Amino acid sequence: MALEELYREVILDHYRNPRNRGRLDEPEATAEGMNPLCGDEIHIDLRFEDGKVSAIAVEGQGCSISQASASMMSEAIKGKTREEISDLIARFRGMMSLEGGTDPGIDPDRPGASLGDMEALQGVRQYPVRIKCAALGWTVLQDALQS
Amino acid sequence: MTGFPDLRADFPILETGVHFLDSGASSQKPIQVLEAMDRFARTSYANVHRGAYKLSVAATDAYEAARQRVADFLGADHDEVVFTRGATTSLNSIAFGWGLEHLRPGDRILTTVMEHHANLVPWQMVAKRTGATLDHIPITEDGRLDLDAFLEKLDERVRVVAVTGMSNALGTIPDVPWIAGRAHEAGARVVVDAAQLVPHREVDVRELGADFLAFSSHKMLGPTGIGVLWGRMDALEEMEPFEGGGEMIADVTLHNATWAPIPHRFEAGTPPIIEAVGLHAAIDYLDSIGMDQIFAHDQHLTAVALERLSDVPGVQIHGPRDTENRGGVISITMDGTHAHDLATILDEHGVAVRAGHHCAKPLMRELGVAATARLSFYVYNTEEDIDATVTGLRKAGELFGVG
Ligand SMILES: Cc1ncc(COP(=O)(O)O)c(C=O)c1O
Repeated sequence: MALEELYREVILDHYRNPRNRGRLDEPEATAEGMNPLCGDEIHIDLRFEDGKVSAIAVEGQGCSISQASASMMSEAIKGKTREEISDLIARFRGMMSLEGGTDPGIDPDRPGASLGDMEALQGVRQYPVRIKCAALGWTVLQDALQS
Repeated sequence: MTGFPDLRADFPILETGVHFLDSGASSQKPIQVLEAMDRFARTSYANVHRGAYKLSVAATDAYEAARQRVADFLGADHDEVVFTRGATTSLNSIAFGWGLEHLRPGDRILTTVMEHHANLVPWQMVAKRTGATLDHIPITEDGRLDLDAFLEKLDERVRVVAVTGMSNALGTIPDVPWIAGRAHEAGARVVVDAAQLVPHREVDVRELGADFLAFSSHKMLGPTGIGVLWGRMDALEEMEPFEGGGEMIADVTLHNATWAPIPHRFEAGTPPIIEAVGLHAAIDYLDSIGMDQIFAHDQHLTAVALERLSDVPGVQIHGPRDTENRGGVISITMDGTHAHDLATILDEHGVAVRAGHHCAKPLMRELGVAATARLSFYVYNTEEDIDATVTGLRKAGELFGVG
């Protein structure tokens, strides 16, 4: 059944135990966004050291897909430069077949090789109304980097 | 089982087997309505009140016959029925057409915390423009209006009491006749958002005691694009037209215009003509079943659903727990599972429900939830739809490890 494809264990784990939760004191970059249709909310704070993300905090509320996706993202971008993050955003968007995406480079024989846990979100593509849930955290991240 | 007829064969869309539990947002249409509109468009269509030719006369007759049908359905007079684009337009016409004219700084508008945004936001806008203040009747823990608080808030500065006839999020049916009686004693006008009430329960406007009533055709088996503003004649006479244009004037000079008689002065522009014919057919259909039967059927399904839902681990029901003064709308949440996830999982089980704030964000804050999943019943629903919902919810509980 497709539901198990959507609600993979790793997604539910990130939903129940979201990583990097909270706010930062004196963030260097910050943004928040919401999905007006369903009310999902994400707030992201970032700090950098030597041009790399040294700290990230995510706050929000909403469905499992939006919150798990943001949690996975927060793990994936730690220690990465702005350029590396832009590349990751583009590959994530590619995986979701969203505008501005690039080839996610997913190797079916080595799941997780390119996007890590986030490859579990591939199942969301079969549920078009939920793609925007998965994308919310990433859109907010993009806003934060431009802030 | 009740003796309610199985009407599913009248609704072509249900042939897909969908368990449609979102009639609170919009109902499906029976073939009787679809065919009436089709027949009219093929044989009798023209603009109304304009051409001196047979087709236009036929179209005008059909349009005015629809108005009479609505009036009969509500126990109202023909000229008290104004056709609008829907409940939202009706409520805005009242707020702007009546409110802007009559509200002064210091006047009070009393509404409730469980209003649909359509009966809240227009009053916020009008309050800002007139200097009137807005206050809200709270709800009790089981989702009913707190009538003691209403009486405390009601004073002679209250000029309008705007209240839902039936909550689209909780199913609560406030005691409008009682509320209207108290409001009138205090000298206030009473506006009832009947978008959920009229489709599901017999309404006699004289018994209801309101001054204005608003509802939409699309939630009562009719088409989108048409709704009704009913006003008692003395209340309509206090209202200014909210839109100007064709059809609503008596005479126009370069600088001035005088208004056509009521109700036409409130129907600027070409009205929804085919839709009026559809609404007429929808009311015929509802009456052929009987509104008492329909309400009893909603209540039966609600009782069954309340019972079966309370057996599902982790499910919380928001709103009244019994069927007293309550319609067929049930808002639920599940511990540890977001309403959108519930809706997706139910969709996979063929069950269509709405998840979200149901255009009642203040109420969601009041309930302390971000969103609920909402089941809403209508004439074509059966206990099978409830069973499919319960199966889907149990699956959600399994996936999310609830219970
Ligand atoms: C209680 C209530 N009021 C008003 C409305 C607005 O109706 P419409 O969108 O048809 O104008 C709705 C429907 O969404 C409703 O449920």
